[in-house]
Amino acid sequence: MLLIHCPCCGVERPEIEFRYGGEAHIARPMQPADLDDHQWAEFLYMRTNPKGVMAERWRHVHGCGRFFNALRDTVSDRFIAVYKTGEPRPDSATASGEGAR
Amino acid sequence: MTLSFRTSKGGRIDRAKSVKFIFDGKTLVGQAGDTLASALLANGIHLVGRSFKYHRPRGILTAGSEEPNALVGVAKSAAAAAAGQSVPNLRATQVEIHEGMVIVSQNRWPSLGFDIGAVNDRLSPLFVAGFYYKTFMWPKSFWNRVYEPFIRAAAGLGKAPTAPDPDRYANRYAHCDVLVAGSGPAGLAAALTATRSGARVILAYEQGEPGGSLLHDVGAQIDGRPAAEWVSAVIAELAGNDRVTLLPRTTVFGYFNQNFIGLAERVTDHLADPDPSLPRERLWQVRARQVVLATGAIERPLVFPENDRPGVMMAEAGRIYANRFGVLPGRAIAVATSCDSAWRAAFDIKALGGNVVAILDMRTDVDPALKEKARAHSIRVETGCTVTGVKGTKRIEGVRLGRISGDTVSSAGSLACDCLLMSGGWTPNVSLHSQARGKLDWHADKGAFLPGDPVQAQRSAGSCRGIDGLAQVLADGARAGAEAAQAATGNAVDVPAFSASGSEVSSGWWLGAVPHDRDASRVRAFVDFQNDVTAKDVKLAVREGMHSIEHIKRYTTTGMATDQGRLSNMNALSIASTALANEIPQVGLTTFRQPYTPVTFGTLATTSRGDLFDPVRRTAIHDWAAAQGAAFEDVSLWKRAWYFPKSGEDMHAAVLRECRTVRESVGIFDASTLGKIEVVGPDAAEFLERIYTNPWKKLGIGRLRYGLMLNEAGFIMDDGVVGRIAEDRFHVTTTTGGAPRVLAHMEDYLQTEWADLKVWLTSTTEQWAVIAVQGPKAREAIAPLVDDIDLSTEAMPHMSVRQGHVMGGIPCRLFRMSFTGEAGYEINVPPSRARQVWDAVFANVERLGGCAYGTETMHVLRAEKGYIIVGQETDGTVTPDDVGMSWAIGKNKPDFVGKRSLARPDLMATGRKQLVGLLTKDGKALLEEGAQVTAEADPAPRTPALGHVTSSYMSAAAGRPIALAMIANGRARHGETLHVPMPNGAIAVEVVPPLFVDPEGSRLNA
Amino acid sequence: MPDVLFHTPAETLALSPLVGAGTSLRRAALLVRFVFRGDAAAAAKVGAAFGVALPQSPLASERTGERAALWQGPDEWLLLARPAMDGPQAVDALARSLAGEIAAALGETPHSLVDVSERHVALLLEGPGAADLLNAHVFLDLDPAAFPVGMVTRTLFTKAEIVLWRTSEQNFAIECWSSFAPYVEGHLAEA
Ligand SMILES: [Zn+2]
Repeated sequence: MLLIHCPCCGVERPEIEFRYGGEAHIARPMQPADLDDHQWAEFLYMRTNPKGVMAERWRHVHGCGRFFNALRDTVSDRFIAVYKTGEPRPDSATASGEGAR
Repeated sequence: MTLSFRTSKGGRIDRAKSVKFIFDGKTLVGQAGDTLASALLANGIHLVGRSFKYHRPRGILTAGSEEPNALVGVAKSAAAAAAGQSVPNLRATQVEIHEGMVIVSQNRWPSLGFDIGAVNDRLSPLFVAGFYYKTFMWPKSFWNRVYEPFIRAAAGLGKAPTAPDPDRYANRYAHCDVLVAGSGPAGLAAALTATRSGARVILAYEQGEPGGSLLHDVGAQIDGRPAAEWVSAVIAELAGNDRVTLLPRTTVFGYFNQNFIGLAERVTDHLADPDPSLPRERLWQVRARQVVLATGAIERPLVFPENDRPGVMMAEAGRIYANRFGVLPGRAIAVATSCDSAWRAAFDIKALGGNVVAILDMRTDVDPALKEKARAHSIRVETGCTVTGVKGTKRIEGVRLGRISGDTVSSAGSLACDCLLMSGGWTPNVSLHSQARGKLDWHADKGAFLPGDPVQAQRSAGSCRGIDGLAQVLADGARAGAEAAQAATGNAVDVPAFSASGSEVSSGWWLGAVPHDRDASRVRAFVDFQNDVTAKDVKLAVREGMHSIEHIKRYTTTGMATDQGRLSNMNALSIASTALANEIPQVGLTTFRQPYTPVTFGTLATTSRGDLFDPVRRTAIHDWAAAQGAAFEDVSLWKRAWYFPKSGEDMHAAVLRECRTVRESVGIFDASTLGKIEVVGPDAAEFLERIYTNPWKKLGIGRLRYGLMLNEAGFIMDDGVVGRIAEDRFHVTTTTGGAPRVLAHMEDYLQTEWADLKVWLTSTTEQWAVIAVQGPKAREAIAPLVDDIDLSTEAMPHMSVRQGHVMGGIPCRLFRMSFTGEAGYEINVPPSRARQVWDAVFANVERLGGCAYGTETMHVLRAEKGYIIVGQETDGTVTPDDVGMSWAIGKNKPDFVGKRSLARPDLMATGRKQLVGLLTKDGKALLEEGAQVTAEADPAPRTPALGHVTSSYMSAAAGRPIALAMIANGRARHGETLHVPMPNGAIAVEVVPPLFVDPEGSRLNA
Repeated sequence: MPDVLFHTPAETLALSPLVGAGTSLRRAALLVRFVFRGDAAAAAKVGAAFGVALPQSPLASERTGERAALWQGPDEWLLLARPAMDGPQAVDALARSLAGEIAAALGETPHSLVDVSERHVALLLEGPGAADLLNAHVFLDLDPAAFPVGMVTRTLFTKAEIVLWRTSEQNFAIECWSSFAPYVEGHLAEA
C-alpha cells in the first residue's frame, strides 16, 4: 500500500485514505458553449496517459477532504511531488521534498 | 511402534513430557518440542504423502517451511476432525505437535501405502512437460465434459474443510524503526544492535523457538558460552525492552511498496487447549522505516535418479533432526554431497551414536582436514563418487554408486542404507529481497544469486547474502542492524563485536542434474518435488522452444510449489542454461512473489467476516420495522424495510395491499436513508445553478424543487428534491446510494473549478431521520402532531418546506412533497426523537386505515407515475431527454455541468432509447426486469434488441401489471406492439406513455 | 479521570478480553456538534463567541473543559459543546443559542455553520490498552511521539470513516456517524 503525503495535512497516510481523481491541469473551459464538438470531446475524454511522470489529482477523502495534485511516475509508482490545487506543476527533474519519498 | 529412532541424549525436546497424536488413524507418541516431522521420524515414519502428479510415495525432505513433500491435513482434536474442521496443506516440518492432534496424509486414496492414483506414475510418459497444454487442446467440446472434470479431480493436494471455519482471526497494524526477519545469528545480532540504539524494533521468526541454526549448531560458542545460552540471553534482553515486539511463529509473507510488510502470526495452532479469546492467527500489517532480512540459506537437493524416494533427505535437515530433536533419520545413514557442510551432519550424527555408513563426495579435492576427521569418526569416505539411483520405493533400501571421471560416470556398485542425506550446497534465501523488487546479482564463484542494490529501505544480512561462518554472520548481522537503526532514527549506533566459534565456512557446491550411468529415457531425477518436475521435463521444455526461464516455469510448473521454488529454482535454472548453452544470468531467474509461504484466507479476512464484514447501517426506525416483521433489503450499506407482510401474506400480497392503502388512505414510510447535504453560503444558489440542470436563483425561501444532476458528459448521475431554507441555505437530498458520490462531485467542482464561490457543503444524512407520510389522508395523519406550521394548501402548497416543531418542541423540517403521486409530507426530525414521532404518526395512520409501507411499494407507486429511479431506468448513458425530463433543464442558463455535452451530435441523435411504459397485451403477464424488447416475436439470431425492460410491477391502481422500458425511438412508438422474447415464448406488449395513474396530477394538490 | 466534555452513561460496552483490565469503551451522551466551514478569517471570529479558538494548524484541537474545536480540514472544523443538562432538549437549546451567538459574531462574513449534533456518536476508548486495541483496526502510528495528546484526524477504522482524537495519553474519543457505531463497537469487541 502506497504512502501519500497530503500537502494540506502535512503528513503521509496510506493510499486508502485517498481517492484518485484522474489527470490534473485539465481546466473546465470558462465558456463551454464556445467550444466546437471536437474541442469539447477533447476536453471530456482525451488524456495523455504517459508512461513515466504524470500530473494527477488526488483527494484526501478520508482525511482533510482536500483535492491536491501529485506528480507520480507511472512506471515505478513513486510519488515525485505533491502540490496544492491551483499551484503550477513543479519541474519533475528538480522536484523533491517530502512527497518525493 | 516404539520411539526407537530417538537418540539417548541431546536435543531440545522435553523427554519427560510425551505427547499423543493420531496420524492416519494410528496413535503415535512424540515429545513436547517435537514438530510433526520429527515425531514421525522418531517413530520410524518417512512416508508421509503422495506427489501431486504421479502420486509417487514421498518422505520428509527438509526441516523447514520449504518442505515440498510432507504436506498434511491437521485437526486440533478428534472432535474437530469429525466436525470437518481441519486445515489442509500444512507442512509437517512446521507443525508443532500437541496432545490429541489428528493428522491425515494427503493426495492418496484409499490409503497412503496403496494409492490408486499411483498408476499415473507408470503412465508418466503421458505426463510430460506441458502436458496440460498438449493433452487438453482438442476437441473443444471435451473441455466441459471430460478435461475439466478430470483436471479438477486430479488437481489439488489437501482436502478443503467441509465446515465453516470455527476460528477467529485478528489484525494488528504496527510501525517500527527496524523490522528484522529471521532469528538466526544474523537476525539476533541485528535486532540486538538496533534495540540497544533505542530504535523501535520488531523481530519476526518462523519457528516457535528463536535461534535458527544456533539451535542445532551444537558445538558453537558465542561470547564464551554455548550458542543456545547466548540466544536465551539475547531474547531475554529484547523481551525486557518495551520498544521491542517479538513475534514467534510469524512468517514475513509479503514485502510491499514503501516497506509495507505483511506478517502472519500463528497464535494457537501449537496449543492443545488455547484460551478461547485468542485468535488462531493474527495478520500484522507493518510499516517499517528500515528492514533487515536475515532469512538464511536453503540447502539444495542433488538431482540424481530416484532422488525423491522416502528416506532421501537434506543433509542439514538430518543434522537438525539429530541435534535439535534427538531423532536419527535412519539406522544406516549415507551422506551424498558436493560441499563441506554435509560432513558436519555426518560427524554430529555419528557423535550421537548414529550409524553413518559412508560419506560420498562428488569432489576429488576435499579438504584433508575433513577426511582426517572422518577417519577419526571411523566413517568410510568416497570422493569423486556420486549416487546414481536408489533401491526401494516406499523407503530406500540402498543406493547405486557411480565413479565420476571427467564427464562420464561408471558404476561403482551399491551401498545398503535406509537414509540418504544429500547436499548440493546452499541457495541464499533472497525471496523477500526479490519481493521488495531488489535486483539479484549472479556470483559465478559462489554459484548463487545474491542481493544487489535494494530498491526499498532494506538490507540483507548473513547467509541470505552469501556470508558464511558463524563469526562472519554475527558481524554482518550487527552491521546491518546498526546501519538500519541509524538510517531509521538518525542516531549514531555502536556496533557490538562478538567472539564466536562454530560452523566454519563451507566450500563446494553443485548446480543442476548430477551425471549418471543410467538409461536416461527410463529414469527420473526430480527438480521440483511438489510439482513432479524432472530434469528431463526442463530439457524437453527447452527443446520445444521455451528459451526464457519464465516460459519454462509456466510450461513445466517448476518453481510453482508452495515454497515458490526456493528449493528447486537454481537446479532448474542450471539445467535450462546447460540445455540452452547459455549462461545462468542470461537465462534469468523468475520473480519471487507474495506470499512467501501460503497464508490462510481467515488471516487475510481478519475480523471482517459475518456481521462485521461490512458496516451495516440501520435507521432509527429499524427496530420498529423489525418488530413488525418487515422484510429488509440492502441498499448500499443500509438495511431498508422492503415490505411489511401481515400474517399469511407473501410479498406480492403485502405490496398490493400497501400500494392500495397509500392511494386510498395513507401510508408511512421510513425515508431516513436518503442522502442529505446542507449547502450554505452567499453563493449557494449560484452553485446549485451550475451543478443541477434546473434553475435555482428564483426559488423562493420555503419552496422545494426537484433537481436533476448530470455528469460533465451529459448523463444523469443523481436526482433529489432541494429545499430553500434561507437565502443562503439549501437542504439538498440525494438518492440513498448516491450520497457520497454526489458530495464528492460537488466538492470536486467547488475546490478545483469554482474556488471563488463562497459556499460550503456539509453532510446531514444522519442529522435527520425522515418520516414520509403519503396519501389522501396524509395531512390528517400529521396535523394533530404539528405544533407551529399551517398545513393548509394555501399556506403550505405542494413542493414547499417549513421549519417548526412537532409534538411539543421537537425541531423539524417539514417537506410537502411526493414520490408517489399522492399528496404527502416528509417529516425531518433528529434521529434521537424519530421513533417517538414515528410511533405517534403511525398511531394516527392506523386510526385512518393506513399502514406502513416499504421500498417495494415506494418503487411501484413511483413507477405508476413514471418517476425514474436513477440506476434503474438510467445506466450512466441516459440523458434528461431520453427519460422525458427536458422540462427539468433551465433553458435560459448559460451553463451547468453537462450542458455542453447535451448538444453533442450523439446525444441529440434520433433513435436514442427513450423511456416508455409497456402493457402486456394479455393484461396478466409480469415482465422480467432486464428482459430485451424486440420488434418481432421470434427475431432472427443476432437481431439487435430495441431496448429493455427497466421496471416491472403488479399495479393495484391499474389493476394489471405495468412496466417501464427504455426503447429506441420509444416516444414515437406509443400504440405499437412489440415483443419480449422469453424461454417459453415471446410476450406481446403495447408501448404506452410512462404514466399509469392520475395523469393530471390533481391528487398532489389535494 | 472522567472527561468533563463527555459526561457518559455508566454503561460500558464489550471489549475483547485480550485487552485486559482497566481499559473500557463507552458511548458518550448526546453533545452539541457543529460543522463550521469558512476561511481562516471567519474561523478567527468564531473563537470568541464559542469560547474556544479554532485551531489553524493541521490535525490540531483546542479545548476548554466543556467545549472543543477540532481541525478537520483547512476550511472545516468540528465544534463540540456539552450542555449543562442531559437530554435532547438541552442539546437543542444549547445548539440554538450557540448558533445565534456565532452568527452574530460573524455578521456578514461568509461562512457555513451546520448543526450535526445527532450525525455523530462519540465512543470513548480509555485505558492502558486503548492504543494497542485501536491498532487492530486503525493503521495510524499511535505512538505518543507520532500521535500526541490533542491530535485529531479523520481516518479509517477498517471500513468505517471515523474522527480519532487523542484526549490524553491513554484516552481516545472516536467520533463516527451514528449508523457506523455498531460496526466500530463490534470490531472492538472482536480484536
Ligand atoms: Zn489531508
